[in-house]
Amino acid sequence: MKRRNFLSLSAGAAAATGLAACGKSGPSDSSGGGGTAGADAASYWFLSGPPGEPIRQGAVDRFNKANPDNQVKVTTFQNDAYKDKLKTALGAGQAPTIIWGWGGGGLKSYVEAGQVDDLTDWFGQNAAVKDRLFKSSFGPATIDGKIYAMPAETVQPIVMLYNKEAFEKVGVQNPPQTWAEVMDLVPKFNAKGIAPFSLAGQSRWTNMMWLEFLFDRIGGPEVFGNVFNGQKDAWNNPASIESLTKIQELIKANGFIKGFASIAADTNADQALLYRGKAAMMLHGSWSYGIIQAEGGNFIKDGKLGYFNFPAVDGGKGDPSNTVGNAGQYLSIYSKASDKQKETAKKFFQSLLDDTEQEGWIKTGGVPIVQGSNAKLASSPDKDFLNFIYDVASKAKNFGQSWDQALSPTAAETLLDNIAKLFQLSISPQKFADNMNQVIGK
Amino acid sequence: MAWPALIAFTIFGIVPLFGVVALSFTSWNGISEQISLTGLDSWKTVLSDPGLPHALWVTFLIMALSWLAQTPLSILIGVFIAAHKRYRALLAVLFFIPLLLSQAAIAITYKMLLDPNFGLGAGLGFEFLQQNWLGEENLALGVVVFVVSWQWIPFHSLIYQGGVRQIPASMYEAAEIDGAGRVRQFFSITLPQLKYTIITSSTLMVVGSLTFFDLIWVLTAGGPSDATRALAVDMYQTGFKAALMGPASAIAVILVLVGLGLALLLRRLGGRDATASQLEGA
Repeated sequence: MKRRNFLSLSAGAAAATGLAACGKSGPSDSSGGGGTAGADAASYWFLSGPPGEPIRQGAVDRFNKANPDNQVKVTTFQNDAYKDKLKTALGAGQAPTIIWGWGGGGLKSYVEAGQVDDLTDWFGQNAAVKDRLFKSSFGPATIDGKIYAMPAETVQPIVMLYNKEAFEKVGVQNPPQTWAEVMDLVPKFNAKGIAPFSLAGQSRWTNMMWLEFLFDRIGGPEVFGNVFNGQKDAWNNPASIESLTKIQELIKANGFIKGFASIAADTNADQALLYRGKAAMMLHGSWSYGIIQAEGGNFIKDGKLGYFNFPAVDGGKGDPSNTVGNAGQYLSIYSKASDKQKETAKKFFQSLLDDTEQEGWIKTGGVPIVQGSNAKLASSPDKDFLNFIYDVASKAKNFGQSWDQALSPTAAETLLDNIAKLFQLSISPQKFADNMNQVIGK
Repeated sequence: MAWPALIAFTIFGIVPLFGVVALSFTSWNGISEQISLTGLDSWKTVLSDPGLPHALWVTFLIMALSWLAQTPLSILIGVFIAAHKRYRALLAVLFFIPLLLSQAAIAITYKMLLDPNFGLGAGLGFEFLQQNWLGEENLALGVVVFVVSWQWIPFHSLIYQGGVRQIPASMYEAAEIDGAGRVRQFFSITLPQLKYTIITSSTLMVVGSLTFFDLIWVLTAGGPSDATRALAVDMYQTGFKAALMGPASAIAVILVLVGLGLALLLRRLGGRDATASQLEGA
């Protein structure tokens, strides 16, 4: 199990969820309720397992019932199996009509291979479909100014979570507002035997989130933007070197839990360290809330969980309201599908995120990417956290995409590899920049 | 009568092998329909990448260390369980269990046991167990070797058990008449008689250790940093994570060549009389 599972498990996902998802590896077919899926039905592949699967299936069932002439046929896959199967199917010319995905660099590789349709004109003709969604959600769907995917489901920004009890133990009331305060807090927590930050370093993308924020806070979104746009030696930007230096300073000051390099995110040990009070804070995706809720006993109920946006860095150029993470999930249309299938897919897109689906996502602790969906949050028992996430997502001046998803798979792998070395302190910030400059634009 | 096996081997072994060789002269990202011939580009990329010698070194270390750990223990255990005693048969069955488990399951279990915060060390309060087992470069490699040995020693013990049972009892009887003790018998009869068993078992260990992937992948994912990034892990990351099927195929070809070379070398070590009888005078 890797990260994508967690993306699919937004809040409300239990350990049992993970296990259930693991136990079911093969594809399972189930045609939508009531409809008879014929040969011209649009096929739709997505991830199995709660909380996402029943909500996605429900949306298909409602669509099939309302549109007897346009049927959507579902096949579900466990996360890792899905990625392999989809790649093979695309290579073999047998992909589904509707391709569920994460947008960004992965989508870009489909676009370059001519595998998915350009939806820009369709969105132009159906402004209502486009305008009701978060603007930020279109970022990862847009490649070279054209839209290749329909944003869907929920927004998952990366936020800072903290254990209020741990803060009481060191006599600190409020979470740190600036990087200087963060560095001040580190020795205080260490003195009490509490790790300042929990981190599942083996997974590498967990470390990456720190860099994403530091780059943004120190140099603004342009710093990574230049890398993304293939500018030569973009990693040599002073803001980039400063960010890389700052993270190594934090590591050297024992800012992260001992042994973080051996902790993998898929065991949820990083969340456990936070709710068991072994670590005071954790930078993680909003989906962590659901994991803590499911596994952390009464931690949330007792009001011990706090949350805040990543602190500002003194003198930094980036707006402290900026955030990074997953702006949504993405549905693309396979370019080799039949016209009838494509028509069905587009009709299906129009039906997405109706009230029932939005309520479904909210119940699982997710914030749907629909403007004004916060009006529906009030009735949720998790409304405080959900409103916080809604605010972070909707007020962000810039919603950065996860680097590994924004870059091509080749550059992303080099990035993660070098991030692991950077956090292991086996390479210097300059060496990191040199290594990364070599894969710019690849 | 060998033709069904031959056909299966051709389809699933030989054909993909040629496919990989062919792919190593192309550049392909794994999803596009266009596979362009790029000559030796992939090979140049792979051979000039400092990652390759590192991966070869890690692979060699795992191979050598796990051979060193497994062989003596397997021989001793094999000899021990070869004797026809009931309690030993029972022990042999218990001992056999690790081999029945999947590598992924073993890796997940060890990963949890070795967790510095929630693992065995923290649970039982033993200081020395509370190391950063999978997070420090040397320790992580050691852990991989340990887990590999833990899983495969039973298998090799079984091979040695079979080998020991092939040794005619008359040889030991003769040695006893000549006044040779247990230890002397072990070194003068058992070990020389096991020569070919040792070569067989070593070949399996050495060539097998080239393909360790699932265990390393689950346990350390090649980390920390790239401390346990063996050749098979490197191949997977290059091909399926970095979407560079050309260079990944080149690494795969290197893996095949190294494996073949080692297998041939070990056959050579057996000497020319490898097929001759060992039981003369028995």
